[in-house]
Amino acid sequence: MAGSVLEIKNLHVSIEDKEILKGVNLTIKGGEFHAVMGPNGTGKSTLASAIMGHPKYEVTEGSITLDGEDVLEMEVDERARAGLFLAMQYPSEISGVTTSDFLRSAINARREEGDGIPLMKFIKELDNDLDLLEIDQNMATRYLNEGFSGGEKKRNEILQLLQIKPNIAILDEIDSGLDIDALKIVSKGINKMRSESFGCLMITHYQRLLNYITPDYVHVMMQGRVVKSGGPELAKRLEDEGYEWIKAELGIEDTEESVEQNA
Amino acid sequence: MTVETKLPYDKEYIEQFSKDRNEPEWMRVLRFQALEQAEVLEMPKPDKTKITRWNFSNFKHEYTTGFAITSIEDLPQEIQEYFDEENVPANLLIQRNHSVAYATLSKELQEKGVIFTDIFTALQNHSELVEKYFMKDAVSVDQNKLTALHAALFNGGAFLYVPKNVEIADPLQVIFWQEDPELALVNHVIVVADENSKLTYVENYISNNDEQETVANIITEVFALDNATISFGAVDNFAAGTTSYVNRRGIAYRNATIDWALGQMNDGNTVSENITHLIGDGSTSKANAVSVGRGKQIQNFTASIDQHGKATDGFILQRGVMKESATMIFNAIGKIEHGGTKANSEQESRVLMLSPDARGDANPILLIDEDDVTAGHAASVGRVDPLQMYYLMSRGLTTEEAERLIIHGFLAPVVDQLPIESVKNQLKQVIERKVN
Repeated sequence: MAGSVLEIKNLHVSIEDKEILKGVNLTIKGGEFHAVMGPNGTGKSTLASAIMGHPKYEVTEGSITLDGEDVLEMEVDERARAGLFLAMQYPSEISGVTTSDFLRSAINARREEGDGIPLMKFIKELDNDLDLLEIDQNMATRYLNEGFSGGEKKRNEILQLLQIKPNIAILDEIDSGLDIDALKIVSKGINKMRSESFGCLMITHYQRLLNYITPDYVHVMMQGRVVKSGGPELAKRLEDEGYEWIKAELGIEDTEESVEQNA
Repeated sequence: MTVETKLPYDKEYIEQFSKDRNEPEWMRVLRFQALEQAEVLEMPKPDKTKITRWNFSNFKHEYTTGFAITSIEDLPQEIQEYFDEENVPANLLIQRNHSVAYATLSKELQEKGVIFTDIFTALQNHSELVEKYFMKDAVSVDQNKLTALHAALFNGGAFLYVPKNVEIADPLQVIFWQEDPELALVNHVIVVADENSKLTYVENYISNNDEQETVANIITEVFALDNATISFGAVDNFAAGTTSYVNRRGIAYRNATIDWALGQMNDGNTVSENITHLIGDGSTSKANAVSVGRGKQIQNFTASIDQHGKATDGFILQRGVMKESATMIFNAIGKIEHGGTKANSEQESRVLMLSPDARGDANPILLIDEDDVTAGHAASVGRVDPLQMYYLMSRGLTTEEAERLIIHGFLAPVVDQLPIESVKNQLKQVIERKVN
């Protein structure tokens, strides 16, 4: 398989009756890495949550399809099994469930019933990925995200990405709260996924993540829309010059509608 | 409707019953006295649960034997699951209906003077020892109508005595298997760890009477003498037709420890109280209990640690999951008596409700009559967090699977306390069956 296609068309999303996304268009194909950047409160995380089906977000208009299938008709778990993955900004803590038990359930959820991953294979692959991400072996036996530091949670999200091997991954501010060493390690994990059959959408405030993971496309979001798209050089210019020049170029004025970034 | 006061069995019946068992005189007398008390005593009044209309009088009591078995393989599959397949416990008692179907005790323990037998054999062979502990210092006959009725009518049970300085690593396990669906089990268990001894005991109650109504009246008395350590595990698994009254009581003397891990998995209405008295200085107890309610089941659980000695430590941890229209009350009582200086009393009770019709309550109670102590409590009643569900489902887990993981995780802190691995796994399976 050459990879999946995630197609977002004219997406409008509200939370508690407040419209945050106002017509987003974006297409991500297998083999492509996209970065979505933008100032706080422009709807970047809302886009990620809406794609995955977060219960608080309501899609009021537009469509999301994965290989032509209507994603908006799918339950959250169906989206995941169809090949979507979201590395969350604030992953939940699940008390009493070990990380390894959870990972095995998640891997098996995408396999046929009765064709679960053999235990030895699972352990081997888990060990490899723990090593790659420089995660202490004992994280596998700790309860999922419980008492994890911010950095551990981020690494755990990438561990899940490596283990679950989705077709399309959305990474919601995977770089926030990471020091430079941790950022390098997390980036190493993400880069390992690169292949013709894997597409990725990275949401970030900062250009520094893109120093380690080179995107093929960079999109700028403002006021609930993608206002500008380009190549890696666009990210570089944003880093150097900020967002003001885009506002000026496109005649965008700050409005009261700019809302605080939502988790 | 009022309480059924007429008892189904009279003095004549009890006299014959006691005679048939060759019971010592003191026990016969105790039964008669208890019968008289049962006529006048009140039913127990568990906090926030009305049990006046529950069936405590409609049951079949007659001593009923069950076939002996020669090997564990003769047991039904669901009971075999209580064991490690290749590792049948060296110390095991199986009571089938009211008689012993299987009993083993390792030679080593026999030689050390360990007594591990059914209650009737103990009454014949160790009458004085049983008399010393039977409903004296732990559960009293006149606590309520059901305890009196219990003393008058007890028809099964086990007796475990571990002598001074004997430390037992292997667990001692009893299975009380109510094969006859109408049979009442009035079961009495006594566990005694003499000074400086150590033991692990696990009991399992099993029945299959979904339709037929009957009663279980269980009293367990546990004694840890000076410096003794008892690890006590249980999985109660009476079927929907059984109304249960369970009274587990522990007494810990100087520097003694009694740790409980109770899997309260009955399907019928249940009142269960687990009370530990920390009499001796430096004694400790952990009361861990877990429960799942389903159907229209009503359950009331009380865990209480009553701290008399100095520098005692009591910790109560209760977790319950409820589905459908089940009702569950958790009462946790930490009590520090006057003079119990430097005592520490902690408790946590949490209830998770899976359906809008389920009813749950967790009541934290601290009764402290001493200044120089520490105490804390936590209690909560809640529903499954939708964000946790979202997170798990975003990894491909179905609603059912995600909920299953959250439930097992919620109960894990207690389940993991069970002292025998095979019983722990069995409890997990029972939980699985009840929540799905």
